[in-house]
Amino acid sequence: MSRIGQTFIALKAHNKKALIPFITAGDPGKGLTVPLMHALVEAGADIIELGVPFSDPMADGPVIQRASERALANKVGLRDVLAMTAEFRKINTTTPVVLMGYANPVEHMGYETFAQAAKEAGVDGVLTVDIPPEESHGVADVFKAAGLDPIFLLSPTTPESRVEQVVAAAGGFIYYVSLKGVTGSANLDMDEVAQKIAMIRAHCSLPVGVGFGIRDAATAEAVARIADAVVVGSRIVSEIETAPEGEVINRVRTLVQDLRRGVDAASK
Amino acid sequence: MKLTDLPDSRGHFGPYGGIFVAETLMAALDELRVEYEKARQDPAFKAEFEYELKHYVGRPSPVYHAKRLSEQYGGAQIFLKREDLIHPGAHKINNTIGQALLARRMGKKRVIAETGAGQHGVASATVAARYGMECVVYMGAEDVIRQAPNVFRMKLLGATVVPVSSGSKTLKDALNEAMRDWVTNVESTFYILGTAAGPHPYPMLVRDFQCVIGRECITQMPELTGRQPDVVIACVGGGSNAIGIFHPYIPFEGVRLIGVEAGGSGIASGRHAAPLSAGTPGVLHGFRSYLMQDENGQIIETHSVSAGLDYPGVGPEHSYLKDAGRAEYVAINDDDALAAFHDLCRYEGIIPALESSHAVAHAKKLAPTLGRDQIILVNLSGRGDKDIDTVAKLSGITL
Repeated sequence: MSRIGQTFIALKAHNKKALIPFITAGDPGKGLTVPLMHALVEAGADIIELGVPFSDPMADGPVIQRASERALANKVGLRDVLAMTAEFRKINTTTPVVLMGYANPVEHMGYETFAQAAKEAGVDGVLTVDIPPEESHGVADVFKAAGLDPIFLLSPTTPESRVEQVVAAAGGFIYYVSLKGVTGSANLDMDEVAQKIAMIRAHCSLPVGVGFGIRDAATAEAVARIADAVVVGSRIVSEIETAPEGEVINRVRTLVQDLRRGVDAASK
Repeated sequence: MKLTDLPDSRGHFGPYGGIFVAETLMAALDELRVEYEKARQDPAFKAEFEYELKHYVGRPSPVYHAKRLSEQYGGAQIFLKREDLIHPGAHKINNTIGQALLARRMGKKRVIAETGAGQHGVASATVAARYGMECVVYMGAEDVIRQAPNVFRMKLLGATVVPVSSGSKTLKDALNEAMRDWVTNVESTFYILGTAAGPHPYPMLVRDFQCVIGRECITQMPELTGRQPDVVIACVGGGSNAIGIFHPYIPFEGVRLIGVEAGGSGIASGRHAAPLSAGTPGVLHGFRSYLMQDENGQIIETHSVSAGLDYPGVGPEHSYLKDAGRAEYVAINDDDALAAFHDLCRYEGIIPALESSHAVAHAKKLAPTLGRDQIILVNLSGRGDKDIDTVAKLSGITL
């Protein structure tokens, strides 16, 4: 079983929900990503989502787009992201790392070459935002064969008839995008999210994570009551963007500790 | 499978095309695909489209024998397909009429568009006014400056123009932003994509709407010359005017099809917008095609004097036609395009768009290598009023 699968089983055994923070690799500096990853774990992260910078992040809002632009200005590419993961693995061998990004950098490296290199670096899952199952043409199988979980998205606009098709290609967990719109959008309707998750669970035995629109302990708690995992991206990236130099890691640690308290409050 | 049968049911032209978008858009693209299938089989839809093209747009556009230009260039006879003469000044309207009629069928009251040179933005604002729809146009901040007259035209037509300041501040960034709007407002909004690119079904439906250009030529050329041309030349940014004139000519095996990309400061300089001439396949903006990218798969900033060709990708059908050898693709530098712009002004009394000037410039190179009895048909995709500021500036003149 994959590290992601084991993580969810262990959490369930302790009646806990997963907290999955997102940061963009190379933001704000090349040397800060690995220390930030360790800080995320210390502050209570169960899985780390590491963004691979891309020049045209179509599905992201301005906050994560700016992070991508900063990382690219620091000359961070897919190979650097793999090297950062390998560096992280020298100390941490238990926390799953999911790479999240767009198709083209992976396609350019070659799907099989990437899958092997990612596995060797200690990556556990891969989410390529712009490769739906229809276009995965065995990409998901290539990832699975290399021992990587292919993570897929479901959204409020996904019809029930499509859910099974997506789930069949997926591994690790299902990432439910709780809002129409790009990352960093506002205001969740919890009843609507709960209904959708119930529908997804009817077709799916994988854990279901929810992302988009989670910005504090209260929203994290509300989502943790209905989902298996809480994914937080823009809020953390925004903290990185606004923190004074030298304060980035402390600020992120404080924020993630707060989100952790929110997630754990849901289990009490 | 015949070249003319593409794309397949999932939008693939061989390895190119497809649907590479985030999950949130999948249902909307499926809805569009289903609705378009119904529309294309509906005689009433076809009749209304044709009525609008005839009475509102002013089609068919003429084909014109540019005799003075042909004499000047020496060699083959150059004919111009005059898309610059249709309302409101470029081929883009053929597509926006089609998509606006689809939007109305689907009950969408709000349309959005991306634009580079502003031609598609103007064509979208035009149809939005014509059919009473709200219209928002995304435009790179750099393009907003260099295409100021078109920005004002869009505003006159009632559209909201949103400058996009991310990335390279040009067409690709405007497209990113339009996609973001669509993903957020997917239920109320119809995205009028401006070129034969993007996720399926856009490359197919934009091509189908633009094919009126080539179909007219197939009738007009024999009327004028007794036969079909030896060569058809069109400029290629995203490639909608080119695919519109090429596609109907694909079965005419004796007709050479040549797409002209923007060579900017020259291919060797790296400062250009010519993915088919100097790029490699990849995935961007929802489809697979030739792209301008670096060794990490990041998209490279493009450079061209013409905002409408300043795009790092190209419609997937062009990538397929290139690999299949049915069409050839070349690049023309800024300087040569500008020279051709002036040639057409001085010898024919036609001010062409800088985009279309690239196609004329290649005719200038090719014509002397052909006999006087040979025929080159150039798609003059738009008129150049919008470009006079750019040309004045390059000539050191302040208007």
